[in-house]
Amino acid sequence: MPDLILSGSNYARLMEGLVVTLQVLAGSVILGTLLSLIFGIGRLSTRAWVRRGSSVYVEFARGASAIILLFWMFYALPILFGIRGWSPMLAGILALGMNMGAYGAEIVRGAVLSVPKGQSEAAVALNLTNTQRLRHIVLPQAVPVILPPYGNLVIEVMKGTALVSLITLSDLAFEVQKLRVNSVVLSDSATTPVLYLNVLIIYFILAFLIDRVFKLAERKSAARFGVAPQRAKKAGKPAAGVGVTG
Amino acid sequence: MVTKQPEGRTSESMVRMRDVTKAWGDNVVLRELDMTVAPGEKVVIIGPSGSGKTTILRVAMTLERPDSGTVEIDGRHLYHEEKNDKLVTAGEKHIRSVRSDVSMVFQHFNLFPHMSALENVTLAPIKVLGKSKEEAEEQAVALLESVGLGDKLGHRPSELSGGQKQRVAIARSLAIDPKVMCFDEVTSALDPELVGEVLGVLRELAEQGEMTMMLVTHEMGFASEIADRVVMFDHGKILEDGPPSKIFKQPEHDRTKSFLQAVLQH
Amino acid sequence: MNQLADRPVWNWDVVWEYLPDLWGGMLVIIQATIAGITIAMILGLFLALGRRSQRRWIAWPFAAVIDFIRSTPLLIQLFFIFFALPEIGIVLGARTSLILGLGVHYATYASEAYRAGINAVEKGQWEAATALNLGPATTWQKVILPQAIPKVIPALGNFLVAMIKDAPLGSSIGVAGVLFVARSIGSQTFFYVETMTVAGVMFLVVSVPAALFVQFLERKYGYEAA
Repeated sequence: MPDLILSGSNYARLMEGLVVTLQVLAGSVILGTLLSLIFGIGRLSTRAWVRRGSSVYVEFARGASAIILLFWMFYALPILFGIRGWSPMLAGILALGMNMGAYGAEIVRGAVLSVPKGQSEAAVALNLTNTQRLRHIVLPQAVPVILPPYGNLVIEVMKGTALVSLITLSDLAFEVQKLRVNSVVLSDSATTPVLYLNVLIIYFILAFLIDRVFKLAERKSAARFGVAPQRAKKAGKPAAGVGVTG
Repeated sequence: MVTKQPEGRTSESMVRMRDVTKAWGDNVVLRELDMTVAPGEKVVIIGPSGSGKTTILRVAMTLERPDSGTVEIDGRHLYHEEKNDKLVTAGEKHIRSVRSDVSMVFQHFNLFPHMSALENVTLAPIKVLGKSKEEAEEQAVALLESVGLGDKLGHRPSELSGGQKQRVAIARSLAIDPKVMCFDEVTSALDPELVGEVLGVLRELAEQGEMTMMLVTHEMGFASEIADRVVMFDHGKILEDGPPSKIFKQPEHDRTKSFLQAVLQH
Repeated sequence: MNQLADRPVWNWDVVWEYLPDLWGGMLVIIQATIAGITIAMILGLFLALGRRSQRRWIAWPFAAVIDFIRSTPLLIQLFFIFFALPEIGIVLGARTSLILGLGVHYATYASEAYRAGINAVEKGQWEAATALNLGPATTWQKVILPQAIPKVIPALGNFLVAMIKDAPLGSSIGVAGVLFVARSIGSQTFFYVETMTVAGVMFLVVSVPAALFVQFLERKYGYEAA
């Protein structure tokens, strides 16, 4: 009966790879979140060129294949712009971040649209600037709506980080491929199925943790900011003078 | 109103419920209920909401399982089987076999939206009774004509009015040739002007005599016309039970009196 | 290295020369996707039905497997099928491994869509089936599924579009798709810009109409049944 547990040194190697995976994940999520906010709100802008530009970005980055984008970033970009010393980490973060930004932009857009129009109108009535309106009134109420699909998106990005192993980045997926080759060559006791199962379980734990974190955030934000969008729908006839849309 | 006893029957019961109890958590909806319906009898069940009147129909139709007690349909136990002279909980096959004698018409019709009226009526005869397509269609056409919808055979439910939908639903249930039919507030979801056409069909069905009918309804006038018996439910038990002339004109319990007053006020 | 720096940024001759090879690779991708989505559609329904089982000893393993596959990278799953399965006696070619990997991975997504579609069918339909004493087979075949499937179709369309974009992962196990071809040409000729860009453009050319088709499906099947 083959061992389901790997040797300590194998785990050490995998953990090194995991660190790289987490770095790529962090970088991509930060970039992706930034782009989601910029282009998600950009698509709602009153200025046509901002709106159209954002839409173009979203359609392009959503229609592109993540792995093709990744390879393009790693192989083509440095040649195109004559960059020396281009790192696969940068290419990975750029590609995954851009991809995430497109899907995230749609989530942000949908969430902002779900905030009752009356809230914006009240902000205008109080003479707040657009930025203040967004920052203090609209976005906080959009957050509870953004979080659930956003959590799923982050998990998708986490799964996508495995692709950077194909552009020579030593992440978890790369390490397991190396270990597999080693075990074949050195007839290590670790069999390939066991290796991959261990790695799959590590990724699964990662997904589980991300899910937990987001569920926690959802609970907290609902308490702090929450007007659940359903309430707006049930409002029915608007009371005189109050701009809540039914 | 005198009902014809179906030919060749002794007056054993058609539906017999003994000690039926049903609760959801703390909410006890049926309390050790005893009720018997004779073959061909038309029983109208009235009572306030939450009294258990809908639940008792659903128990007969196996849409709710009783927590305890027995239900017999035409002398056969619905939820129990006899094995070695003992009563054990019945398996799916047995339940299905006994259930074939019961059908139900719902408040919200529950017609199959992706099928025409004709197809709604022929589905069960073909698939359950094993009839051929021609046989089933012949029967379906006759049934739909008898409820006044002979010209709507190919129509989808979305093209029919509420009253028409309910009449299709009645035809659909009749097509499986049940011995007992349950009617769960079948006119409550209809616009007032459409109620009459459905009551007309029910009246005709009652007058033909043979079908055992259990109806939950608020239509008291209609009830006094067709019912052999009116049963007043309250808090999961039968409060009063008697012919319509007695229940509606001279109710014994205050609860019945106040309920009838409130309803007839409309 | 100076030669590379002096070279023009974009070389149209290269594009025309390798276009047929790249398009051939694209066709491999499209074929794999069609086969994969077919598996996903069928397996997905099976998974959804298993997940819905009343018996917990059936439903729970289905839920666990679905969740596990959905939460882990497709790439590793492809590696598992192609590299690990042979060690326990199942040897599949690269293309078959890709199709199987895509099919199983997306079947888990599809099963969620099926579940949502089935749950969206009104409770009253189930009750009417009981009232007419229809058996389980008839109930599923004639009453429930015909009402559930139209709601699932737009979601399946979205998965098709997503799968096209995931299919190039096959290049990592040697499937001669467009990415594999682009990399091969690139590694030999260093014309990475041209090959990668053409590969990217081909993708947009295929996935944008596919996305429009999905929008069409959403409009067609989005109406409420009566």
